[in-house]
Amino acid sequence: MVSRSFAIGLIVSALTVSISSATAQEVGSRAPSFDLPGTVKPVRFADFKGRVVYVDFWASWCAPCKQSFPWMNEMQAKYGPRGFSVVGINVDQKREDADKFLTGTPANFLVAYDTTGKVAEVYQPKGMPTSFLIGADGKVRAVHVGFKDSNREQLEREIQAALAAVRK
Amino acid sequence: MRKLFAVASALALSFLLIGCETVQPWQKGNLAKPDMAFGPDPLQTRFEEHTYFSKEGASGGMNVGGGGCGCN
Repeated sequence: MVSRSFAIGLIVSALTVSISSATAQEVGSRAPSFDLPGTVKPVRFADFKGRVVYVDFWASWCAPCKQSFPWMNEMQAKYGPRGFSVVGINVDQKREDADKFLTGTPANFLVAYDTTGKVAEVYQPKGMPTSFLIGADGKVRAVHVGFKDSNREQLEREIQAALAAVRK
Repeated sequence: MRKLFAVASALALSFLLIGCETVQPWQKGNLAKPDMAFGPDPLQTRFEEHTYFSKEGASGGMNVGGGGCGCN
């Protein structure tokens, strides 16, 4: 009898734990909305309606993130006029750290500050950096963890495919 | 009474377990600081880690490799 109550207690708490842990974003799922402070004005997910968005989670202490910035600048310049936006969500706890990084590694795309990690908690990036390519329909098309120069081509192809899907 | 005790202890145990939280990838800022590294020389530490991993047949887990990108 005692062991049965113990088991029931464990099941109840197991359920509590499973509810409290958020599920990661997967390909095909609807991208969660966000509203964060940006460098100049707030960055809202709703503002990108109908555009292809490349949401990139980065941190000042992350070396591959530094590598990815020139590429993201390039993509923003190349595909921005065709309805593409790069949004870099910084997950540093102190905004100063991010700003220091940005002076050395300029970003020619929108940067948002998620100092509390609330958006990261919803998107659950598996590493730094993690990017989510979101189609014009608001659905996640691709998730990519890490950044190497050898990834450039494949990532660009994914962006092109997402833009091509809009025009159809 | 004993039943109540059993339920209470199960709950207490699980609450203790909830307290064990994994550091999420986006929370590794402090772990990535140079002060958190095992050795003072990053290159030397890398060599030693390489030898260690080869010997152990294991990989990763020493510190925030490559800035915690998770790609090792």
